Amino acid sequence: MSDTSPFPTAPAAPPAASPDRLHVLARRILSRCLGSVGVLLAAATVSFLAMHMMPGDIVSAILGGPAADPTPQTVAAAVREYGLDRPLPVQYGLYLDRLLHGNLGTSFSQHLPVIAVLRAELLPTLELAASALVLAWLLALASVLGTVRRRSWLSALGSGLETVGAALPQFWLGLLLLWLFAFTIHLLPPAGSDSVAALVLPTVALAVPLGGFLAQVTREAFEIALDQPFVLTARARGLGDWSVRTRHVLRHALLPGISLSNWAVGALIGNAVVIETIFSRKGIGRQLVLGVSSQDMPLTIGIVLLVSLTYVVAGFLTDALYVLVDPRLGARR
Amino acid sequence: MSAGLLDAAAGSAAAEAGQAGSRRPALRVAPALAGLFLLFLLLAAIAPDLLSHTDPLAIVPRDAFRPPGWAHPFGTDQSGRDIFARIVHGTRQSLLVGLGATGLAMAAAIGLGLLGGLCGRVAERAVGWLVQVMFSFPVLILALLFAASFGNGIVPLVAATGIGSAPGYARMVFGQVLSVRDAGYVEAARALGHGPLRIVRAHVLPNAMRPLVVTATMGVGHAIMWASALSFLGLGAPPPRPEWGTMLSMGRSFVANAWWLTFFPGLAIVLTMLSTTVLGRALQRRLEGRTA
Repeated sequence: MSDTSPFPTAPAAPPAASPDRLHVLARRILSRCLGSVGVLLAAATVSFLAMHMMPGDIVSAILGGPAADPTPQTVAAAVREYGLDRPLPVQYGLYLDRLLHGNLGTSFSQHLPVIAVLRAELLPTLELAASALVLAWLLALASVLGTVRRRSWLSALGSGLETVGAALPQFWLGLLLLWLFAFTIHLLPPAGSDSVAALVLPTVALAVPLGGFLAQVTREAFEIALDQPFVLTARARGLGDWSVRTRHVLRHALLPGISLSNWAVGALIGNAVVIETIFSRKGIGRQLVLGVSSQDMPLTIGIVLLVSLTYVVAGFLTDALYVLVDPRLGARR
Repeated sequence: MSAGLLDAAAGSAAAEAGQAGSRRPALRVAPALAGLFLLFLLLAAIAPDLLSHTDPLAIVPRDAFRPPGWAHPFGTDQSGRDIFARIVHGTRQSLLVGLGATGLAMAAAIGLGLLGGLCGRVAERAVGWLVQVMFSFPVLILALLFAASFGNGIVPLVAATGIGSAPGYARMVFGQVLSVRDAGYVEAARALGHGPLRIVRAHVLPNAMRPLVVTATMGVGHAIMWASALSFLGLGAPPPRPEWGTMLSMGRSFVANAWWLTFFPGLAIVLTMLSTTVLGRALQRRLEGRTA
């Protein structure tokens, strides 16, 4: 706050050039919020278009898919509510209005309001995604801290395992784990969503590929950071190798991985679709598959919007985490 | 203390040297293996009958659920069909889906990138925002949304996978177009009086595409995986056809007592993905080495 703007009263001065950090911060938060609203609007628009691109009658898409046989009264009610007899922009406006009021329609495959389905299914998915994210980072850190620039065979082994791990499709890994741990040695339950034991296999199946990917990114940054002068300084101060790695190098090496967290959360929720199906877990992923395969458009759109919302929140958290970890930003605070 | 420091320095230097020494041959072996595997896949896609004489659709009920052995190297499925034959015959489908989806994604990305980079400030802002926002949106969710509206089958599968993975490419192309747009050679071409179409074709596109070659190579493997995930969820090729994702999906019901039904089709997907990744990286090193 010690520095003052050279033109404090000039309105023509571009705000970005103003050295006032609070101002910059406020601008950043504002643009971030606008961007988030934009993501939600984009998701809503894409969903709207997808619903209108569906083959067949839109009324049946809302009321019960190709197999439904609605009465003329319900059809008339739907036409009125959704404005189906009016031009497309009006329909779009009505659609956004309904979303703003939290009205996501009724899922005909579940015979429940979409909101109720989402409320019941979100928590198990978040639980799965969170535990997988934690495990993925633990695996990545173990591999990077344990093998980067150690003995050459160890280093090669670490980076090889990471490449293979990142290339494993979650559904295949899930099936192998299911076969091995649930059906062959009967160690863990094959399905379910209530116990901690049932969470283990799905978590591992989601975490290994993500961990491999995060480890690859972190390894590269770790190698670059190891060559920085501050490492030599730290060693000259008499710090042991382990301390140098964990206290100084790691903080720099974590940044690229953290900036990918937003992507990682998206990938986890996306892949949870497959994993929840394999392990018959409760969750929005499995509901999405059910919704898509029964062409239950209200449910499908509700889940896509919910995933977008989660994605936006994850974006905020990623930014916050970045500020906390980045040593350069920390020094400036 | 200084001895320890020297030690550490020497150690890291030795590690570096060791790494370089051990990496060089490993680098050549891995891409060679990857290339060999992809050639094998290509052969399987073009002439599957050369690799397997068994009919992938022949139902032999008394041979159902045979574990891997001499007669059936990868075992047989619930109808006694040979898994190896089915994987070989499914290669064409899987490769076509992967290539088609990657091609579609690239085409969409190039369109968006050129639009954003060359059509004025408003377009630049809009595309920049769109790309930023969509880049990390879950591919599978997007693909599922489109699968819901397109219905089942191979063409919807390609479309859904392609649209799902387009944002990642678009981000790259857009960034490249922005950096190429202001390059000296483009300015020179403009000064020479070349038309905008000619400049785009001769300068902007080739230069913007170079890093994309690497991404696309790796992308084919990923597209095959995404498409198999969709097929696995029952949104791809209809069941009797041999397709890797569909085979996995069918084998899922029997995972408790016949692991080979899911193991081998999945292995084909993993090896394909690994091969394209390794080959893409080798390509990247080569391109970087050339420009550096």
